[in-house]
Amino acid sequence: MHLSSSATDHTGKKMGMWLFLYTEIILFGGLFVLYAVYLTIHPQDFIDGGKQLNRIFGLANTVILLISSFAVAASITAVQKEQKKTALSALGVSLLCGLIFLINKYFEWGHKIHNDIFPNSETLLNGPKGLNVFFGLYYVVTGLHGVHIIIGMTVLLVAMIYTAKDKITADRFALLENAGLYWHLVDLIWIFIFPLFYLII
Amino acid sequence: MESAASFFESPNPSRFKGVLSWLITMDHKRIGLMYLFAILFWFCLAAVLGGLIRLELMFPGENLMNADVYNSAFTLHGVIMIFLFIIPALPASLGNFFLPIQIGTDDVFFPRFNLLSWYLYMLGGLIAIVSLFSDGFPDTGWTFYVPFSISTQTNVSTAVLAAFILGFSSMLTGLNFITTIHRMRSPGMGWLQIPLFTWSLYATSWVQILATPVVSITFVLVLAERFLNLGLFDPARGGDPILYQHLFWMYSHPAVYIMILPGMGVISEIIPVFARKSIFGYKAIVVSSMAIAVAGSLVWAHHMYTSGMSDTAVFVFSLLTFIVAIPSAIKVFSWVATLYKGSVEMTPPLFLSLCFIYLFSVGGLTGLVLGAAGTDVHLHDTHFVVAHFHFTMFGGTGFAFFAALHYWWPKMFGRMYNFKRAYIGSILLTGGFFFHYVPMFIMGMQGMPRRYYDYLPQYSQGNFWAGWGALLMIIGIGVLLANLAQSFKQERNAEANPWGGVTLEWTVPSPPPLHNFTSDPAVPDYPYDFSGVVGAEHNH
Repeated sequence: MHLSSSATDHTGKKMGMWLFLYTEIILFGGLFVLYAVYLTIHPQDFIDGGKQLNRIFGLANTVILLISSFAVAASITAVQKEQKKTALSALGVSLLCGLIFLINKYFEWGHKIHNDIFPNSETLLNGPKGLNVFFGLYYVVTGLHGVHIIIGMTVLLVAMIYTAKDKITADRFALLENAGLYWHLVDLIWIFIFPLFYLII
Repeated sequence: MESAASFFESPNPSRFKGVLSWLITMDHKRIGLMYLFAILFWFCLAAVLGGLIRLELMFPGENLMNADVYNSAFTLHGVIMIFLFIIPALPASLGNFFLPIQIGTDDVFFPRFNLLSWYLYMLGGLIAIVSLFSDGFPDTGWTFYVPFSISTQTNVSTAVLAAFILGFSSMLTGLNFITTIHRMRSPGMGWLQIPLFTWSLYATSWVQILATPVVSITFVLVLAERFLNLGLFDPARGGDPILYQHLFWMYSHPAVYIMILPGMGVISEIIPVFARKSIFGYKAIVVSSMAIAVAGSLVWAHHMYTSGMSDTAVFVFSLLTFIVAIPSAIKVFSWVATLYKGSVEMTPPLFLSLCFIYLFSVGGLTGLVLGAAGTDVHLHDTHFVVAHFHFTMFGGTGFAFFAALHYWWPKMFGRMYNFKRAYIGSILLTGGFFFHYVPMFIMGMQGMPRRYYDYLPQYSQGNFWAGWGALLMIIGIGVLLANLAQSFKQERNAEANPWGGVTLEWTVPSPPPLHNFTSDPAVPDYPYDFSGVVGAEHNH
């Protein structure tokens, strides 16, 4: 009896993951559509809004996420080469990077809220219409991205525990690979968010 | 092979007994049946609500409910029918059961995710019920249009959350099916040997993955607006409410193809079996399923001709809408051509399929009336629209669902039902259908708007007849379901292949054993070759 078993089919598992990543791209795609339309309607307000965001913070977060993506990729190679300690420390680095990203985001949001820029704030209610839309989108997009960072960190943590317990090994690492794919996607989405909100001139 | 214990007797994982053997099962057949019964529950509930709506409209003025209750009633009817019945009806229940068997394998690719999506479906349904008993059920209609959905005091948030979770469940099912069809087909089965029901599920799954995330993000935005009041769709604060409609229909129009494509797949299975004749244009049906999936994703704005979109957009979307009618018409042509010169054997599933072809054709043609921008301006938001989509959704998907239920019932439960009562139920349902929806076409053309609990006196006759039609339909549904339930009283009496079908599900015992196939299935070169069946009948 053949009955191709799904338990050993890595290609199939990866395919399922790619399909899932695709749905995530469409999810953020909806927000990028809103961004594109509102940018066309209020170009000047969007430029003014972008100037109020701290580029240093944004750039730092971009670099942090790139490093963490590298660390995840390194951990997969390490697992393949049966270097468990390297893999664990690489995963630790990526988790740490995720945490630093969130802390940065916390201070960034806190700074904005302190400056009376948040949904329903006086500044946005009485200011230019485009600015309200710009910051409305800013909070929704970065908020949703933050949620994805947290989900990604959870998945990476699970992968890390599994690696420590030897449930992820050189010939069984689909979970780690899929966790890595997810993390790269979250990273990639940020690569689009960063120029759209911080670098728009 | 006949002696293999059925999946009812052999739970998977085997350590669980009783209720747990269902609630913690990895078996796609059990999950399919759990979907089936949950779906039937929601269908009956929403059908009763639909009946109450009709009862209110039977006579002018306030009869049964006031305007507010009426608003909630049609919203609830729509939300349940769309999100809890039609979208999962065929793929999640019968698709789950038959897709792996049709491609000659023992389960879906991700059995755990399959169970998870059932739980998400149940959770979504539960949240929908909870929203009923807190702050009043939403009165927005199933479309949740802004700004009303953001400003109304009723419990839109819970209903939107329920729809979000149901969307996630539907997405997981689609993902699972695509991976299964790619990776788990029996080694001998090439792409053009896949049965048409599975092909239609493949096309459906792509639409589910393609479109559902858009509505998810739209619902997230509705929730964000309700809790944070961002003003993203508020023109006074820089937003654009039309964008909400675009985002909503970017999912919800493709979603009607999620609803109808599996139905078309069912009809493509049933017609050749009872015509004892190979399906006409197998490849054309396959290609048209995929064409519907692609073209159907590009027509969403035909719901918005009167919203103030640019004329160019109206023109483009009207053109695309006409294009999507072509693959649907190809299918209707293929079905009729299959019946031509076939040795037709009348059975309840075939009868329901024939009703499907007629009703769906009417629904499709009236869709063109609405797809043309000029006539749509006259008919927009009238009862004509309501009649049109009930012809496609109920006359189409609903009838296909009942046809599929009658076609595969003996396979799923190993029991045959009473044909006579099935015919009576089908005739009542179809007859009631005409009394119900034909007057609505006419009243719509005369200008009766949808979603109103009261109307001008000139519409009273049509609404009166529609009320009787609804009653006949509910009786018909009751007869059909009671007849199927009656079959449980008897012993298992269905043969492995009571209809003379040639797809793989008819080569296994009824009901199938846990692992579907006791030995490697022999995949036929062509899935609709009836020469063996016809030859065997001659020998009798």
